[in-house]
Amino acid sequence: MSNLTVDDLRGDAGRQRTEKVVHVVLWLAGIFSVLISAAIVLSLFREAWTFVSQVDWSTVIGPDAEGWFPRRGQYGVMTLIVGSLVVTVIAMVIAVPTGLATAIYLSEYAPPKVRRVLKPAIEVLAGIPSVVIGFFALTFIAPEIIQNVWSASPQQTLMAAGVGVGVMIIPIVASISEDAMASVPNALREASYGMGARKITTVVRVVLPAAVSGLIAALIIAVSRAMGETMVVFIAAGSAGGSLFNTNPLEPGLTMTAAMASLAAGTDAVVGEGLTFQSLFFVGLVLFTITMTLNLIADRFVRRVRQKY
Amino acid sequence: MSDSDLTATINVTRPITAGRMLPMTDTSALTGAETTEPTEHPVVFDVDDLSVYYGSHLAVRNVDMQIRQHEITAFIGPSGCGKTTALRCFNRMNDLIEIARVEGKVRYHGVDLYDPKVNPVEVRRRIGMVFQKPNPFPKSIYDNVAYGPRIAGQKKGLDDVVEQSLRRAAIWDEVKDRLKSSALGLSGGQQQRLCIARAVACNPEVILMDEPCSALDPIATTRIEDLMKELASDYTIVIVTHNMQQAARVSDRTAFFVTEVNETSDNRTGLLVEFDYTDKMFSNPSDERTENYITGRFG
Amino acid sequence: MALTTPLKVAQTTTRDRVHKELTGTSRDWSGLAFKYGLLGAVLFALLILVVLIGSQIALGGSVLTTRFGDFITGTLQSIPGTSGIHQGLRGTFWIGVFTVTFAFPLGIAAAIYLEEYAPRSRLTNFIDINIRNLAGVPSIVYGILGFTIFVEALGGTTGGRSVIAAGLTLAVLVLPIVIITAAEAIRAVPDGLREGGYGVGANRWEVVRTQVLPYAAPGILTGTVLSLARALGEAAPLILVGAVTNRLGSNPAVLDVSSLQERFTAMPMVISSWAGMPQEGFRKDTAAAIIVLLVIVLIANAAAVLLRNKFEKKR
Repeated sequence: MSNLTVDDLRGDAGRQRTEKVVHVVLWLAGIFSVLISAAIVLSLFREAWTFVSQVDWSTVIGPDAEGWFPRRGQYGVMTLIVGSLVVTVIAMVIAVPTGLATAIYLSEYAPPKVRRVLKPAIEVLAGIPSVVIGFFALTFIAPEIIQNVWSASPQQTLMAAGVGVGVMIIPIVASISEDAMASVPNALREASYGMGARKITTVVRVVLPAAVSGLIAALIIAVSRAMGETMVVFIAAGSAGGSLFNTNPLEPGLTMTAAMASLAAGTDAVVGEGLTFQSLFFVGLVLFTITMTLNLIADRFVRRVRQKY
Repeated sequence: MSDSDLTATINVTRPITAGRMLPMTDTSALTGAETTEPTEHPVVFDVDDLSVYYGSHLAVRNVDMQIRQHEITAFIGPSGCGKTTALRCFNRMNDLIEIARVEGKVRYHGVDLYDPKVNPVEVRRRIGMVFQKPNPFPKSIYDNVAYGPRIAGQKKGLDDVVEQSLRRAAIWDEVKDRLKSSALGLSGGQQQRLCIARAVACNPEVILMDEPCSALDPIATTRIEDLMKELASDYTIVIVTHNMQQAARVSDRTAFFVTEVNETSDNRTGLLVEFDYTDKMFSNPSDERTENYITGRFG
Repeated sequence: MALTTPLKVAQTTTRDRVHKELTGTSRDWSGLAFKYGLLGAVLFALLILVVLIGSQIALGGSVLTTRFGDFITGTLQSIPGTSGIHQGLRGTFWIGVFTVTFAFPLGIAAAIYLEEYAPRSRLTNFIDINIRNLAGVPSIVYGILGFTIFVEALGGTTGGRSVIAAGLTLAVLVLPIVIITAAEAIRAVPDGLREGGYGVGANRWEVVRTQVLPYAAPGILTGTVLSLARALGEAAPLILVGAVTNRLGSNPAVLDVSSLQERFTAMPMVISSWAGMPQEGFRKDTAAAIIVLLVIVLIANAAAVLLRNKFEKKR
């Protein structure tokens, strides 16, 4: 009979101490992200609350709110939201067909050698900083393309910005859509081919419908990114000082993001009368709410994809 | 009346096994005489020296066999011996694998399936397949069964096709009230019968089944085995199974494969050892390897 | 003879009929059109990329070939043709340093916690969703965060509108991405490795340190390098944190640590403000600065991809 006691199986105290310390440190790291979210919300709320409680709401919403001229006390936020929407719609028109087609091709058609070249190339496009796209939109897209088609338009337009943002989000649409299609089990494709379906039939009638949750998630995330994009619009759409309510894409315009950048840019950061400073935070809060809602909805769809398979 | 005139129908250069009479078709209509030889179904597939490579790896070699109409033919053997690879040659599913290469001939009603002019899509319309793990589409039961007819261009009369196919697959009564509900809500056994209905809806001549019951419980397995026997009267069935008792229960003829291991390269290649009537193979196999497998000496 | 012919004819008729059916269909025109339509879209995207990079090289290449040295060492000026990006390079360098120092360890630690230590609880779920949300927050909102926290609240330590504040802001911006990519890399580690470690009596940290992290290292590395590239290219947060847009008086050396609390600028900001300059001559300088920034960012991206490929081959 051996003399084994509980004490023998207790383990080395030193190792256990390390383990505990590590656990705490890692836990702190994990919690840190919650801290960041709290900090974002706090930063926005503090000054936005001042704005919300002190502003004359007729300058923000309603028939008298003519536009966004914050330094003059005009806080027509719908101007900015509509501006963001116009840019987003144009961007989606460019990015969705291109991105989706790219994803379908890479996922279902491309031979491995071709894929090895094309996929990194799309990733390169994803890595291009937004300032670069903004400058490209201003100096190339606007003169060469937009002014060629619509000769009367100025150089800085929502259209130019929209095309630029569209180019920026092609890789996002492509990447998320491709993931969605890759998660469709091959067994479904085999079932379709086994019944004598052609490739296009299999892709259109089996793979795409099966991947639809992921494709919707891709769209929503793309919309969210398009709305949150700042530099392309800031450089290519003009209207730094302010803008009247405008839905014409062939005019300069302001989005929520560019308005915020305009308020902050300038030699003395944010300066102006009345609530100019706070208006920056107000718009930020609106933008944050919109993008977070979109992201949460998209998350639901991504979750649905994972559940299915 | 010489046999050689009938070579188009019967391939007499490949005797099935010793101890059996040579097959002949029923010639009574032509000669008016009574024949006492057993009636043989016409040949549907004539496999001649079939070998399949995956890249440089020889997966299965030198398969010779004939599959006959309205019979259930089973491929048995230990795992990895090329049964599924061989099966997938019958409907050109191996085309989907880039590195797969087929040598030898697979003749379907005399036509070489691998003739470059043959369209694999057409082949698969006539030769359907049911897979190991049920793979219904994430669509409604109705849409699953109607898929085949729809892509063949049929727009009207789908309701009838769907009902008939589900009846043929012995699942109509269980799903007739929920045709629009998702196929994924069915149990494993039901899903597999749905997949059979789906294949049947394409109106094929042949149904290939790749271990159709291996993912199912025994009760579901029995139902599908019964179903197979019913289907054989209308279709030709070839089934791969790793369960030799299943082959014994269900099939008319059996093909027994083994794996041979190349001593130097450690490559495994599948090989057809014996092909015969099922009751003959299980009661009095000709090859020692077959006997060892059937009696459980290896597996 | 005559008696056997009908059967033979019948048989060959079957074969001919089957042959006709199997070979008779026409080419799949719509399928081909679809495939080439898709390929066209892909090539369109690539064309944009090529034109983009090409146009910048065409526009700014001459600046780099004729006065490369002055361009790299020069300061921001209001006259085109004399401006340089030295201050921008310095800012970008320090932003990179802060991002690496703060975001990488913190992000990887958080990922380890979430994948290896955290229990399946509502809190963990909440943290998960939270991080995914943070990854989608617009960069300009991070700029607001940076302004409120790092410029104002912590102004004493950071020096207010300094490169320290900018670096910390961008570290916070890329932190969610670092966490997500590191977590994916850790999740991809096969359980067998962990079980092997536990099986010989290692505790959780030892298993992580000796089995999980080495295996996940290539994936983690790739993700972090890509995050760095992202941080270096962002401009919107810089505007909010007060990067200088026109002229910057001081021009300390890149590695000069003493002046980190002063006003600053960085490459994306330089590009942004030059893009807005009315003078035509600034177009070339902007393009030249873009080429420099693209080189930095694309080298980082390429390094990440190469690392990933190299380590995946080894495995």
